[in-house]
Amino acid sequence: MPRLTPAVRSGLSIAIAVGIYGVSFGALGVAAGLSVAQTCALSLLMFTGGSQFAFVGVIAGGGTGLSALTAATLLGLRNGVYGMQLEAMLRPKRTMAPVYAQFTIDESMANATAQETPDEQSRGFWTAGLGVFVMWNTFTLVGALAGNAMGDPARWGLDGAACAAFLGLLWPRLHGRDPIAIAVVCAVATIVCIPLTPPGLPIIIAAVVAAAVWASQHRRAA
Amino acid sequence: MDMWLWVLAAAAACYALKLLGYLLPKSLLDRPWVPSLAAALTVGLLSSLVVANTVSKGQGLVLDSRLLGLGAAAVALKLKAPYIVVVIVGGAATAAGRSAGLP
Repeated sequence: MPRLTPAVRSGLSIAIAVGIYGVSFGALGVAAGLSVAQTCALSLLMFTGGSQFAFVGVIAGGGTGLSALTAATLLGLRNGVYGMQLEAMLRPKRTMAPVYAQFTIDESMANATAQETPDEQSRGFWTAGLGVFVMWNTFTLVGALAGNAMGDPARWGLDGAACAAFLGLLWPRLHGRDPIAIAVVCAVATIVCIPLTPPGLPIIIAAVVAAAVWASQHRRAA
Repeated sequence: MDMWLWVLAAAAACYALKLLGYLLPKSLLDRPWVPSLAAALTVGLLSSLVVANTVSKGQGLVLDSRLLGLGAAAVALKLKAPYIVVVIVGGAATAAGRSAGLP
């Protein structure tokens, strides 16, 4: 039984808060047309909320599997950056890296970074990573089964819940002028592209647009 | 069956990115553009997903009750509601719009 240090305590509360919204992912997954098993497989194997929502969001809009995969992968790029930062911070054994990688998500990264000492950083990473994993997967299953029992997802406003879910992921990242500019330009690009390209593609085009805006912001800064 | 392949391939790609972070040389971290570009892509993709999920129907643009859901979610976020509440509020507002006869 680990001691209830500050890192463990904050890790557990993050796990409870985040895990519960696995219900919304589970319900949206089956509403998008995935089976209960496919929805649960995304939570078990992909285990990175933003990419999972992106995958089912593209499928729900009628996009192809390839568009869904591309959107999920591009959103998962930030986990690679977390991996680099956590490698430098926690110094795992090379052979343990594949295990650390699976539990590298927004929450474990944030909870590790918030701690001061190496021991606490490690406890912060593992309690948030493992805690969210257990809760997220449990509640994904609950949500998927509930979604299956609910029938027509539109009647329950599940499509509107998906918009709210993405806005909730975006909101905390809108600090300052540069990210807001990127968000606005990408929103406009998406609206322009929806009638012109097959479903799913506007999201990929928006990623290219985001990179272009980012590049121009950096030229300005340099 | 086809969908299973995409689910597993996408999961493998996301896992590979996580693992790659642990295996890449640390000198990459000294280049501030790496995390900065990843953050920019995340914002751009999420913004696009918000819009696409709110106003698209196949290849068409439509305004329906989902917009009510998005507006209600924005108010909830402004009031610093927890994430799960934001999602529920968005769904409830959309369902309310539909039961009031809106598309």
